[in-house]
Amino acid sequence: MPGMQPPDGAPETPDGVQIDLISAGRMSNLRTMEKIRTILDSVHDGNIVILEDGLSPDEESKLIEVTMSEISPDGFTGIEIETYPKPSNDGGLFNRLMGKGSDNDNKLTVIGPANRIETLHKDENLISALVTRR
Amino acid sequence: MGLLTELRSSISRVTSKLFAPDQGPKRIGIYGPPNAGKTTLANRIARDWTGDAIGPESHVPHETRRARRKENVEIERNGKSVTIDIVDTPGVTTKVDYKEFLEHDIEKDDAVRRSREATEGVAEAMHWLREDVDGVIYVLDSAADPFTQVNTMLIGIIESKDLPVLIFANKTDLEESSVQQIANAFPQHETVPLSALEGDNMDEVYDKIAEYFG
Repeated sequence: MPGMQPPDGAPETPDGVQIDLISAGRMSNLRTMEKIRTILDSVHDGNIVILEDGLSPDEESKLIEVTMSEISPDGFTGIEIETYPKPSNDGGLFNRLMGKGSDNDNKLTVIGPANRIETLHKDENLISALVTRR
Repeated sequence: MGLLTELRSSISRVTSKLFAPDQGPKRIGIYGPPNAGKTTLANRIARDWTGDAIGPESHVPHETRRARRKENVEIERNGKSVTIDIVDTPGVTTKVDYKEFLEHDIEKDDAVRRSREATEGVAEAMHWLREDVDGVIYVLDSAADPFTQVNTMLIGIIESKDLPVLIFANKTDLEESSVQQIANAFPQHETVPLSALEGDNMDEVYDKIAEYFG
C-alpha cells in the first residue's frame, strides 16, 4: 500500500503478491474517503487487502461508486470483494434491545484487483481465493 | 442501537409519516445484478399500466447503462390505486472489463464505449440508492447463484437505509430455476416468484407492490 514501503533493507518483491492486513484500529481512525483511498490505492498496486473489520454499508456503496470511476480500458478493471456473511441479519432481538452489534461487526473482508483474484469457494467459515501473479 | 434509541427512531418514523406533506408518487428502484431481467420487468410493469416500455432488453450484460425513469405508473389493486415512479437501474457489479463485450461480437471501440458507460451507470445506480429511492424491488435470476458478494452488499445497503424491499425471483420459466434458493439466501425478506418475460405470476407481483409501496 502506498506509504507502506518495505522496511529498510528488506528485499523488493517485484514478482510476488503483497497482502496488506489492515487492523480495525487503523481503519477506525479514518474517514470514509480515506478508507476507500487506502483500499483502492493498495489494490491499484496489485495488492490484496484484508480488513479485520469490514466497511459499513454506506462505505461499501461509496467503494463501488469510486471503483467504477477508476476503471479504464486495458488498465484497472475493478475489484473482487468477499466478506463473511453476518451470522444473522440483526443479531437477534436481544442484541438489538441491548444495543449490541453494528453494521460491520467482525465482517472480515478480502479485496483485490478483479484481474488478479478469483473467488473459488465461499461459505460462512471459509473464503478460498486464487491470486494470480503480476 | 439501544432500546430507547430504537423506540425514539420508531416514533420519529411514524410521526414523520403522519405529518409529512404529500410528496407525490414513491420512487421505486429496480436493482439487481446484470442480466437478472430488471429491464424486462420494468417494461412489463410499464406496458401493463401505461402502455409504454422503459428501455431495450438484451441478453448482453449492461444493456441498461443509465437509470431510466417511468413516472406516474398507476397500479390498481382491489379497488384502490397506487401510483409509483419506476427507476430501472443498471446492473450493479464491482468490475467491468470491456473484453467481456467482445464475446458478444461487439467491436472493440464499441465495447470500450459500452464499458465506460456501464461504469458510469453503476455509479449512478449507487447514487440513486443512497439518495433518491423510496423503496426497492431487488430482482434476481432464480436460475443463478444468489450467494454473491454484490447481492449481499446491496441488500445490506438497502437494509441500512431502512427502505422497504421486495425480492423478485425472476426467470421461473427456466428449467434450472430455484425460487427456494433465492428465498434461502435472503430469508429476512419476502420473495416473489415470477417470469417477467412470460408474464407469469404478475398478479401476485402487483399485489405485493401495492402492499409494500402503496
